[in-house]
Amino acid sequence: MNKKGPLYALFLSLILLLPGCSSIAVLNPKGPAARTLSDTIILSIVMMLGVLAVVYILYVFVLVKYRAKKSNEDYIPPHEEGNKWLEAIWITIPIIIVSFLSVVTVKTTIDVENVAADYKDQKPLVIYASSSNWKWHFSYPEEGIETVNYVNIPVHRAVEFRLYSFGTISSLWIPQLGGQKYAMSDMLTTLHLSADTVGSYVGRNANFNGKGFAHMEFEALAMTDKDYKEWVKDVKETAGPLTEKEFKSLLEMEFVGRKTYTNTHLSFSPPPGNHGDHMSNNGTEMDMDNGSMEHQDNKEIHPAPAPSSETEFNSKPNPELDEESTTHDGH
Amino acid sequence: MDWDKFKVHGEPLIYGAMASIVLATIGIIVGLTYFKKWGYLWREWLTTVDHKRIGIMYILAALLMLFRGGVDAIMMKLQTAAPDLKFLDAQHYNEVFTTHGLIMILFMAMPFIIGLMNVIVPLQIGARDVAFPRLNAVSFWLFFFGAMLLNISFVIGGSPDAGWSAYFPLASIEFSPTVGNNYYSLALQISGIGTLLTGVNFIVTILKMRAPGMKLMKMPMFTWSVLITNVIIVFAFPVLTVALALMMFDRLFGSQFFTMANGGMDMLWANLFWVWGHPEVYIVVLPAFGIYSEIIATFSKKNLYGYTSMVFSMLIISLLSFLVWAHHFYTMGQGAMVNSFFSITTMAIAVPTGVKIFNWLFTLRKGRITFTTPMLYTLAFIPIFTIGGVTGVMLAMASADYQYHNTMFLVAHFHYVLIPGAVFAVIAGFHYWFPKVFGFRLNERLGKHAFWWIIISFNVSFFPLFILGLKGMTRRQYTYSADTGFGPLSMVSFIGAIGLTIGFVILVYNIYWSTRYEPRDTDGDPWDARTLEWATKSPIPAYNFAVVPTVNTRDAFWTAKQDKVPLYEDKITKIHMPSNTGKPFILGVIFFVAGFSLVFSLWIPAIISGVGILIVLAAMSFDRDHGFYIPAEEVIATEKKLRGETV
Ligand code: HEM
Ligand SMILES: [Cu+2]
Ligand SMILES: [Cu+2]
Repeated sequence: MNKKGPLYALFLSLILLLPGCSSIAVLNPKGPAARTLSDTIILSIVMMLGVLAVVYILYVFVLVKYRAKKSNEDYIPPHEEGNKWLEAIWITIPIIIVSFLSVVTVKTTIDVENVAADYKDQKPLVIYASSSNWKWHFSYPEEGIETVNYVNIPVHRAVEFRLYSFGTISSLWIPQLGGQKYAMSDMLTTLHLSADTVGSYVGRNANFNGKGFAHMEFEALAMTDKDYKEWVKDVKETAGPLTEKEFKSLLEMEFVGRKTYTNTHLSFSPPPGNHGDHMSNNGTEMDMDNGSMEHQDNKEIHPAPAPSSETEFNSKPNPELDEESTTHDGH
Repeated sequence: MDWDKFKVHGEPLIYGAMASIVLATIGIIVGLTYFKKWGYLWREWLTTVDHKRIGIMYILAALLMLFRGGVDAIMMKLQTAAPDLKFLDAQHYNEVFTTHGLIMILFMAMPFIIGLMNVIVPLQIGARDVAFPRLNAVSFWLFFFGAMLLNISFVIGGSPDAGWSAYFPLASIEFSPTVGNNYYSLALQISGIGTLLTGVNFIVTILKMRAPGMKLMKMPMFTWSVLITNVIIVFAFPVLTVALALMMFDRLFGSQFFTMANGGMDMLWANLFWVWGHPEVYIVVLPAFGIYSEIIATFSKKNLYGYTSMVFSMLIISLLSFLVWAHHFYTMGQGAMVNSFFSITTMAIAVPTGVKIFNWLFTLRKGRITFTTPMLYTLAFIPIFTIGGVTGVMLAMASADYQYHNTMFLVAHFHYVLIPGAVFAVIAGFHYWFPKVFGFRLNERLGKHAFWWIIISFNVSFFPLFILGLKGMTRRQYTYSADTGFGPLSMVSFIGAIGLTIGFVILVYNIYWSTRYEPRDTDGDPWDARTLEWATKSPIPAYNFAVVPTVNTRDAFWTAKQDKVPLYEDKITKIHMPSNTGKPFILGVIFFVAGFSLVFSLWIPAIISGVGILIVLAAMSFDRDHGFYIPAEEVIATEKKLRGETV
């Protein structure tokens, strides 16, 4: 067994080196949600190393001490039924550890499911993020613009992604900004993220959804408030409108590059209802009516969901919506 | 008829595989004919109802599937060894990881364990067979033909490609238009029915057929683990049956249970799948705990420490295994409260699992430990599985899982649980019980070589995946670009996979070598073991025990050896045995044809085989064959011969 010792020492030191290594996206957070998760992960790694240490020390000790040797040939091992005090110890201590981790889990889960504490007093920037085949559509109802395969956000601003899909289940994940969440065709899910450092972060779909899955990446660019405002202004001046026809053709395609538009698809192709809507079986607005094929095609059948805040895309008509402009690809 | 849908296009690899399947089949047929073995094969194997032979067939099939799943694994590792490789295309990679997952869990790990329990459990409880020997044969053939149905998919029509979890709507006809997922629903359905029957069979066997004196709390730990496992099977598999049936309706008959339109609910599939899928993991892991318990006790020459708490921890694990399924989709937006509930139930499983680990360590303490090959796998299991366990606790924390979900971190975790928790266990059990079944041991030196290759390479192959996951590499990703930085660690992982392959090749070579050169044991107890199965002669006579033993203690055989008291009196009487039957095999073949026809929507053969199934079932129910008796004189003669006396 001693051949294994060095091997494990190597692995343990690898784990210990992890936090120091900046190429590890998850442990190199650039926003409050990701930081909460990174702290939680490091805390759990440290605790679990403690557990491993106890097991490994006992393990090495018994193997070394009680191995069959020439010298103990006539040793007859005793009959032992067990010991209720010892067993109580290794029931109680894990219960304490698990309870502690449970408290941490519940607290951090609630934290990342909500707007980060630092940005609580802000009105979050709402971005609808939807997937179709192997691309991402980002609609900014507040600004009245839409992008494909890239998303720009201001730093130090709470961002509320509302996720859904025009097909298979996908999962929006920007590891350095926070955890992932599924995007599904029959309901909206909400993901709260924010960045506190300017920079470009890799975002991708984390849930396998067919042939193009490996290529379903996008860039998340966190910019200063000033740059962001300028970018929005620039888009409105240079990009063209997203017509229903154009949007349909986008949906058909498997892959596209970056695109930018001066209005959103939300007005003519509204998103499905919230998760709660079809999970609670009340009323006629169940997912029967909210089914996704419909949400792409026949808008009359089911109305868009009621606005949940004034940032909602359909509560504030966007003056720029009908303005003339030209399409431009990417930024 | 549209012949095109049978074809799989374009891949030289697949043509190669096709050719080798055809050649192997021809080879087997020619060989059997040349050596005139058809009759032998039919009489002794295809129609057998002997639990030992059925067990051996399960294990052989599982070893074959280990090979198949292993080839899949090494292809995936090669494809992702460096950035932008073009060895497999996306579609082919998707099919490969889907079949790899399915085959490893459903057609390798589970059948291997069912094989071991078939061989060993009746012996351990001092019984002559399982409760329903013919049903047992039905179970085997349904499993076998289900597995074959899945295995032909990659040459006929295309394999399933939506992952082993087959999430909807991806797995629907709209997004997976090939027949692959038809195969999925039918192959799993057929073998799943077989498994469910096994569950019923073994529960009855263990509850009803124990030797006199063997109270529940005197059963060997492996038997306990098998009992609990089969209870899980009986509760979990009906969920799979229903889910797969709905899936089949969706794909073949246009119903809309899980689709995107008309009120279909993709989350319903995820829930049903994991309500079965999580307990399934324990179906393969709990018997492994049983196997390790036997081996640890034997090779440290001690009784198992904390027997009672071992049993209770398994019971608690089995209960909890049904309360944690949603930890597979924390990120589906069910909210903080639901996620917290499932986090806590999931982490709770760590407590009884920890109890078991400490009990094993305390069994070793004060023992006299010998490092035989089965014991080495058992000892390697403890530290490696503990890594799997603690990373499981990390994954159980819902918030943190938002970062690990569907990444390589997860892949590393479940391989750290499944490989020591199921694969090492069956290998250990295989080495341990091999002499019982075949009358000679596997070579220890070769066994240890294989062991070190496997253990070291396993860690080299899978540890880097934890880090890759934290770097942001998702699972099921067939390629990546160089600037992701995933390259170097993926290459290390690939090298580990090669080492694993070498280890498995040595293991197989060991079986061949030992069959030819290892000396035969005759006394039936080569390890100086503790439980009843070692009280039989090797090779085991068809009736197992000439006289049913009486049990007074937990390690009945050990106490009998220690106190020099016989386990039974020498009063041999005639023994009742079930007779062989070909109907289970025929039933399996018809199920295969039915499944194949449904996969391709060939309605007429499907209906005909459906009727055929009913006819065979009726024929089995009205069967008047009540078996036969082996006369006492014949038993006495056999016993004498096995003891080496001349008749
Ligand atoms: C023998 C060495 C093995 C190697 C090198 C290996 C490698 C892999 C790889 C590369 C993947 C795909 C990762 C991805 O792209 O997502 C995978 C997935 C998987 N493996 Fe293994 N594996 C091995 C053994 C096993 C065993 C023994 C089991 C089960 C008992 C198993 C169960 C699975 C499952 C369930 C999946 C997930 C499939 C899916 O994503 O649908 N593997 N394995
Ligand atoms: Cu929902
Ligand atoms: Cu699970």
